[in-house]
Amino acid sequence: MRQRVYALIDCASFYVSCEKAFAAVLHNRPTVVLSNNDGCIVALDSLAKKIGLKRGQPVFKQQELLRKYDVQVFSSNYTLYQEMSARVMNVVAEFSPRLEVYSIDEGWLDLTDLAVDDLVELGHTIKARVLQYTGIPVRVAIAPTKCLTKIACELIKSNSQYADVLDLTSFAQEQLDKALASIAIEDIWGIGPKYARFLRNYGIDTAKDLRDTDERWIRKHLTVVGARIQTELRGTSCIPLEIKRPPKQQIICSRSFGKEVESEEELQEAVSTYIARAAEKLREQESLCGRISVFIRTNGFDDDAPQYTNEFTIDLLYPTAFTPELIKQALAGLHAMYRPGYRYKKAGVSLSKITPQPVVQPDLFGEISLSEHYRQDHLMAIVDALNRIFGRETLFFAAQGIARNWKMRQFRLSSHYTTRWDELVLVT
Amino acid sequence: MDNDLTNVILLGTVSAGFPSPGDDWREQTLNLHDLVVKHSLSTYFMKISGDSMVGACLHSGDIIVVDRALTASHKKIVVARLGDRFTVKRLWLMHPKMYLRPENPKYQPVEVTHHPDFEIFGVVTYCVQQVR
Repeated sequence: MRQRVYALIDCASFYVSCEKAFAAVLHNRPTVVLSNNDGCIVALDSLAKKIGLKRGQPVFKQQELLRKYDVQVFSSNYTLYQEMSARVMNVVAEFSPRLEVYSIDEGWLDLTDLAVDDLVELGHTIKARVLQYTGIPVRVAIAPTKCLTKIACELIKSNSQYADVLDLTSFAQEQLDKALASIAIEDIWGIGPKYARFLRNYGIDTAKDLRDTDERWIRKHLTVVGARIQTELRGTSCIPLEIKRPPKQQIICSRSFGKEVESEEELQEAVSTYIARAAEKLREQESLCGRISVFIRTNGFDDDAPQYTNEFTIDLLYPTAFTPELIKQALAGLHAMYRPGYRYKKAGVSLSKITPQPVVQPDLFGEISLSEHYRQDHLMAIVDALNRIFGRETLFFAAQGIARNWKMRQFRLSSHYTTRWDELVLVT
Repeated sequence: MDNDLTNVILLGTVSAGFPSPGDDWREQTLNLHDLVVKHSLSTYFMKISGDSMVGACLHSGDIIVVDRALTASHKKIVVARLGDRFTVKRLWLMHPKMYLRPENPKYQPVEVTHHPDFEIFGVVTYCVQQVR
């Protein structure tokens, strides 16, 4: 079989890069982006790293450092990041139609069938094009397997000499051995912390060690998943691109509240909002769900407060994606487990028992008529279309509430530069 | 059951009377976005603040269409980052020097030849101005 060629396109400090692309004042200033509810640092640029900040740090513990170096701090502006991600991925897709969007800031491009002699040059062209069109810096890691592109990306991050582009397919065996020996077992894509500890116990400390271990031993102890990673490290591609994602088998939507809430009404609003979002995703993948779980939880970190955590699962009489029905069931579940007198910090919902939406709805139990099914489908299609065209939550369900005091804390949100007329960048 | 189905057929409207002779010549109504956005992936909208470009008919409050895919050249109106702000000016190349020229006698050109903190953001292609 012909050797395949993949390029991993990895956006550098993506959230921060998005902020910097539209705010000239951030140039040459350390910048960080915070997680939901402004809790921890989730993204930071090289300047912020240099003064000692790290990913995952709770922001309230770093106040002094932030002030001392005038660090620019932002809440997560997902609207902006999603838009910029789509732009980056679409620019990348101009180079090859076979693209897997792996996450908001990473994608694989299949370069196998491209008649290109100099892959490094192509990598630099991709990088330059993305930077010019979007202002987002990317790394381009090229290798014969997806797993090796991840390793190439690690090498780029630790060696500035590569200037953000590396082609492992051009490496001689000796060079490749040396490179793989420099990658710790924990940093291999697909090797979780548990397997990493296990492998280290057997003296398998690097990507090279894993590659050269007996494959029967790997298959026995690491199952087929480990065997695949090993095959990929040996240069044979066996994890293909997922260009169209298989439908999810479970859809979860949960979030911590901006401030703790006590009343059932506020929990109802939150649960309804999460259901509405999850149901929208369910319909996006043209599926129905047969089971809903709702959970509520107090703040486990607050030792003085009384604690209460509960989850309620409802099996539906017939599978559906109709938001009002799902909200009704979820709120019944919430009501059954709600206890007054606690300060709730988090709630969430999960939709499961997911099945594809049949072309014609069967009327198995006579619960609702065929015409009612079609009416519901039609209604949801209109709600989704309006929200798609005119923006999120143009239409929403009354149960979601209007004030939403429990909503995510986003004190330092930047403007929606690309999606709202009244929030455009000003130029003088 | 059969009765129910009458509710769901909503594929369009059927009108009685004569068919319009224009039906076969229908085209998509003009959409301004198609005109002003040539490269959707590299085009951004920004808003003018201030009067430095009134000579080029760019007024405060106007929305400009900026394309990052275009190469800036002599006499093009560009958006550039100059230090910690974005500015819109006419790019003036007088070899070997490079200037950003305002279009308002109140302001002076800025030389950016070896400016350490200057970069082009994109080229201005259209301006949307409310005239009433």
